[in-house]
Amino acid sequence: MKKSLMRVGALAAASLLALSACAEPPAENTAAPTNDASATAGESSAPAETESEATNADFKACMVSDFGGFDDKSFNETSYNGLLRAEEELGIEVNEIESNAESEYAGNIQSMIDEGCNIIVTVGFALANATEAAAKQNPDVDFAIVDFNSFEGVDNAKGLLFNAAQPAFLAGYTAAAMTETGVVGTFGGAKYPTVTIFMDGFDQGVKYHNETKGTDVQLLGWSEEAQDGQFIGGNDPFGDIPGGKNTASTLISQGADIIMPVAGPAGQGALQAAQESGGKVNAIWVDTDGYESASEFGSVIITSVAKGMDVAVFEAIEASMNDEFTSEEYIGTLENEGVALAPFHDFEDDLPEGLTAELDDLKAKIISGEIEITSPSQP
Amino acid sequence: MSEAKRVEEAPPKDHKPETKPKASYSKWLNSAAVTFWSLVLAFIVGSIVMIILDPEVGEKWGYFFARPGDALGASWEKISLTYISLLQGSFGSWVAFTETTAQATPLILAGLGIALAFRAGLFNIGGQGQAIMGAIWGAFIGFTVKGLPLFVHLPLVILVGVAMGTIWGGIVGFLKAKTGAHEVIVTIMMNYLAVYLLQFLLQRPAFMAPGRNDPIGPVVEWSATMPRLAGSRLHLGFLLALLAVVLVWWILERTTLGLRIQAVGLNPHAAAVAGINVSRVTIVTMAISGALAGMAGVNAVTAPELITSFPTQLSVGIVGAIGFDAITVALLGRSRPVGVLLAGLLFGALKAGARTMQVRANTPSDLVDLIQALIVLFVAAPAFVMWVLPFLRQRKTSRTPKPKAVAA
Repeated sequence: MKKSLMRVGALAAASLLALSACAEPPAENTAAPTNDASATAGESSAPAETESEATNADFKACMVSDFGGFDDKSFNETSYNGLLRAEEELGIEVNEIESNAESEYAGNIQSMIDEGCNIIVTVGFALANATEAAAKQNPDVDFAIVDFNSFEGVDNAKGLLFNAAQPAFLAGYTAAAMTETGVVGTFGGAKYPTVTIFMDGFDQGVKYHNETKGTDVQLLGWSEEAQDGQFIGGNDPFGDIPGGKNTASTLISQGADIIMPVAGPAGQGALQAAQESGGKVNAIWVDTDGYESASEFGSVIITSVAKGMDVAVFEAIEASMNDEFTSEEYIGTLENEGVALAPFHDFEDDLPEGLTAELDDLKAKIISGEIEITSPSQP
Repeated sequence: MSEAKRVEEAPPKDHKPETKPKASYSKWLNSAAVTFWSLVLAFIVGSIVMIILDPEVGEKWGYFFARPGDALGASWEKISLTYISLLQGSFGSWVAFTETTAQATPLILAGLGIALAFRAGLFNIGGQGQAIMGAIWGAFIGFTVKGLPLFVHLPLVILVGVAMGTIWGGIVGFLKAKTGAHEVIVTIMMNYLAVYLLQFLLQRPAFMAPGRNDPIGPVVEWSATMPRLAGSRLHLGFLLALLAVVLVWWILERTTLGLRIQAVGLNPHAAAVAGINVSRVTIVTMAISGALAGMAGVNAVTAPELITSFPTQLSVGIVGAIGFDAITVALLGRSRPVGVLLAGLLFGALKAGARTMQVRANTPSDLVDLIQALIVLFVAAPAFVMWVLPFLRQRKTSRTPKPKAVAA
C-alpha cells in the first residue's frame, strides 16, 4: 500500500518540479495576485492597476458560437476576433460560450442573459430562432447575429450579413485570367447559402472573363444555374481536412489549376494538395486573408475572398456601448469594405498585365450596379 | 465484464453457502466503491489538467519556489470556482436542476438501449444513427401533421420515431442473425446512412422551415411538444425515461425474454444448446435497443427549450453525440437499468453544469468531456484504480471474514 502511494507521490512531485521552472515572480507592488484573483472570481472590484480600462469596464459583450467552436479558423473564429478586439480597444468586459450541438444554443444564450451581458452576439443561422426569442423576452439586452438577417418587429437585434458574392466575382475573374490549363475549380463544405454565395460569385466572375476577353475557361465544382456542385459532406464537412484534400485532388485530376475551397478548416486540404503539386496548382482562400491565417500555405494562395465579420461584430458592440445600436441590418459589401478581395502577396509579380487595373474597374462597376451579381443567396 | 469477475471470485466462497448473499453484497459494495473512487480520481486528474492548461495559473507555477502561495492560491481559486459553478449549473436552483433532468433524459433513454444490447453480448455503436432516424421522422410527423390534439399527436410522433429507431436497430440484428455480419461494423455504417439521409432531407423543401434556405427544419406543432412544468425544463420526456428504466428492468429481470437475453449474452453457444433461438433473441434485442435510442432522438426534437418554449428544430447536429455518450453511460451504469439511470443523471448534471462553468469560471467545456472520459476509463479498469488506491483492495480481503462474524 505505502509503496504505491509513494509512487503516486513521486509522480506528483516530479510533475510539480517539471512545471515549476525557477522564473522570477512579478514585483510585489503591481498587486497582480489580487487583481488576477478578483478577475477569475468575476468581481468588478478592480484594484489600482486598471487606469486605461476603467471607463467601460461595466459594459459586457458576450458571444455564443455555433457548433463549430471558436477555433474553427472560419466564421466563428473571425467573429470571435471582433469580440477580442472590442475587449482590447474599448476596455470592456467580455464573455463567451461555445456550443457543441444544436440543442445547446437556446440554453447557452440564456446563460449569457443570466450573466448580465449588455450585448450578445450569436454566430450562425442555426441560432436565429433562439436569438429572436431571447431578444423579444429581453428588450434591455442588445443582440447581433452573424450571417442572418434582422428580425421583423424586433428592435434590439441586428443582423450581420455579407455579400461575399461580390469579392468572389473578382476572385473568379482573377482565376480565369491566371489559369494556364483553362480549367478552374471550386468546392464547398456543405450546401449552405453562406457557402454557395462564394461559389455563385466565383462562377459569374469566370463567365464574365470569358465574355469580355473571349476566353473559354471552364469552372468545375459548381454551376450557378443548376445551383449544385461538389461538396465534402459527411459528419464534419467543415473540419474534414482529408476530405477537402480528396475533393481538391479530384478537381486537379480533371485539369483544374486554381481552386477555391469554401469549407472552413477543411479547405486546408485543398491547400495541401496545391502545395504538393509543385507549383502547378494554386488556391484562393475564403473568409479571411489566408496568407496570414494559414501562413504555412502562403506560397500557394493567390488571394482571398475576405469577409469582415470581425469588423461587423466590433462595430455592433461599439454601437451598443455608445447607445447607438439599431436593428438595421448590416450588409458587408465591397462599397463599405465589409467584404474585400485580399492582397495578392507573393503573386503580386505574376499577375497578368493590367489585371489590377481591370479589377479596380470591375469593383467600381459592381459598386455602381453596372455589373449585377445574380446569386440567389445574396442578402 | 462484471459477470466474468463474478465467476472468477465465486469458487472460494462456494463451500460456505450461507455467506453467499453477504459475499455478493460485499462484491456489490466493492464495485460501488471502485465507481465512487473512479469519480474522485477523474475529478482530481481533471483539476490537474485544468491548472496546467490555464495560462494565468500556469504563470504563477513558473515562480513556485520564489513565492509558492501565489501558485497554490490561484490553483485553489481556479479549481473551486470551476467545480462550484459546475454544481451551481446542475443543482444550484430549481431551473438548474430541471436542466440536469432535461440533459439526462436522452442519455438515460439511449443508454438503456446500449445497456440492453450489452447484456445480450451485442455492442450497439449505432445509437447515433438510431437516434437520428427517430429525430428525423418524429420531427417530420411533428411539423407536417397539423390540427391534432396533444394526446393524439404527441403519441403519434413518439410512435413513429420509436418505430424508425426499431427498424434501424432491427436491420442490424437481422443482418447479424442471418448473415453473421458483425454488428459493430454494420451499426457504424448505418450511422453514416442516417447522417447523410438527414443532410439530404434538410435540403428538400418538405423538411425546410418556410422562408428559410438554410438546412433547418420547421418548428414542430405545439401539440407535438412535450408538456413541461412552466418556467422549467422538466418535461414529460424525463418521466418517460424513468418509465423506460422500469420497463427495461422488468424485461431483464421478470420476463423469459430477459432471461434469454442474459443467457445469450453469457454464452450464445450454451444458450443455443439449451434451446434458445439465438437469432431471434439477437434481432429482438437490437430492435428494442434501437427503439430506445430512437426515443432519445424523438426527445431531441420534442423537448421544449427554456427561452423559445418550443423544441430545437431539426438540423444536421440535432442529436449531438447522444449515441456515443450513451455508450459511456451504459458502461458506467454497468449495463444495469438503475446504474444507467444514475450514470445518465451524473452525465446530465455535468452537461448542464458545463454551461455555467464556461461562463463563470472560463473553463472550457472540454473539461467536462475529459472528466466523463476519465470516469469511464477508470471504471473500465478497476485494477488500475485499486493500484492507485490500494485501500480498496484491502477492504475487499478484510471484509470477507467479517460477514462470518456478523452472521454468527
